[in-house]
Amino acid sequence: MKDMGETPLLQVEALSKRYGARIGCADVSFDLWPGEVLGIVGESGSGKSTLLSCLAGQMAPDQGRVLYQGRDTVAMSEPERRVLARTDWAFVHQNPRDGLRMGVSAGGNVGERLMAVGARNYGAIREAATDWLGRVEIEAGRIDDRPRQFSGGMQQRLQIARNLVTAPKLVFMDEPTGGLDVSVQARLLDLLRGLVRDMGLSVILVTHDLAVARLLADRLMVMQGGHVIEHGLTDQVLDDPQAPYTQLLVSSVLQV
Amino acid sequence: MIEIENLSKSFTLHNQGGAVIPVMAGAHLRVARGECVALTGASGAGKSTLMRMIWGNYLADAGAIRVGDLDLAQASPREIIALRREVLGYVSQFLRVVPRVPTLRVVAEPLLSLGAGEAEAEARARDLLAMLNIPERLWALSPTTFSGGEQQRVNIARGFAHPYPALLLDEPTASLDATNREVVLALIEEAKTRGAAIVGIFHDEAARARVCDRKVDVTGFSPQARRGAA
Repeated sequence: MKDMGETPLLQVEALSKRYGARIGCADVSFDLWPGEVLGIVGESGSGKSTLLSCLAGQMAPDQGRVLYQGRDTVAMSEPERRVLARTDWAFVHQNPRDGLRMGVSAGGNVGERLMAVGARNYGAIREAATDWLGRVEIEAGRIDDRPRQFSGGMQQRLQIARNLVTAPKLVFMDEPTGGLDVSVQARLLDLLRGLVRDMGLSVILVTHDLAVARLLADRLMVMQGGHVIEHGLTDQVLDDPQAPYTQLLVSSVLQV
Repeated sequence: MIEIENLSKSFTLHNQGGAVIPVMAGAHLRVARGECVALTGASGAGKSTLMRMIWGNYLADAGAIRVGDLDLAQASPREIIALRREVLGYVSQFLRVVPRVPTLRVVAEPLLSLGAGEAEAEARARDLLAMLNIPERLWALSPTTFSGGEQQRVNIARGFAHPYPALLLDEPTASLDATNREVVLALIEEAKTRGAAIVGIFHDEAARARVCDRKVDVTGFSPQARRGAA
């Protein structure tokens, strides 16, 4: 293989998680490179969310290693992992309520993340929050409103601002466009694509929406029953699927 | 620049009784820098299949597909992504874009992803859109609502934004009027002059005769044809 002069940001080796006798995810291995968007697709219960939780350090895997810039995040201490989660990583939940503090203003939601990494100057924090609200297309005049006064699409954009204000390197996304109207989804996809390119973000994106995967992901992993059954370039997996389950998944999508 | 050797491909339809459909065997093709080769053959003969294998969205069963110094039949997804960004361009018949993104941005995107500055990338996009007679009032709108011919011209502008050393063109003049057809043919000639290796599918015979140096009939690559010859 040609040397492209970089090392992977994340190396996942033989990761497994069981719930008693039931398999959460089994023997998952892959590398994620800087600036790359990896989509994980599969139906409900296929192990996508379990895998994402293990990767993001929210759940302890039973076996395997997750190396972030060469450091094993499974073996490191809980405080070390928490520092990574605040500085280098971000997690965008499907439901904005899981990623926002609903009783705190929009500006506060964004500023809080900055304060967690040591920002103390009120003016600078407010300025950064205003800048980020603009980048996710929320009017500056709404900075003191609480998220519960926002529409679902706006809440999701606020969650993204809160996550990206600290300039993370790796973003975990769990169905970020799920539960939104199609028109709102398009706006969010456009926003995410731009941010990924401009900030050079690496993303692990869990979705069951193949159209979203096609537009956002460079590579796809298809999961079934906790196992990765197919892995490749996004348009190759969708246009020339090899595994029986992937063929079924692709052929089941309604064409519009 | 583009070298295909002994390429074969079949589809296995797991959900239709596991039927195996061989579609290509023993395909060979060489395209030098500055050369444009037309793929010909009846509908269903495998022109698009071969094109998709060069683009990398169809997997090869065996053989080699070298573009520059990368063999797509062996390459990792990451290497193919880099190849598509820097070396290999593709003007497909269908425009696939994120809804809501302005046309100017759609055309500038290949340059932005190569690290070009916004001003430089947009200047190139403006030049191409103007050259292809897309009215300026449409540049700020998403091309998803455009007519077929307009979408095709946006696709062409995007495919020619970066001077790719290798280009795949799928019916680049299909739904264009005479004026725009002429612009596209001139763009293809210009790409050849700067040394691009081009593989194209052209039903427009006059266009093919003008820009293509050779024709390759893909009917010869079908497994049936191979059996007949043996």
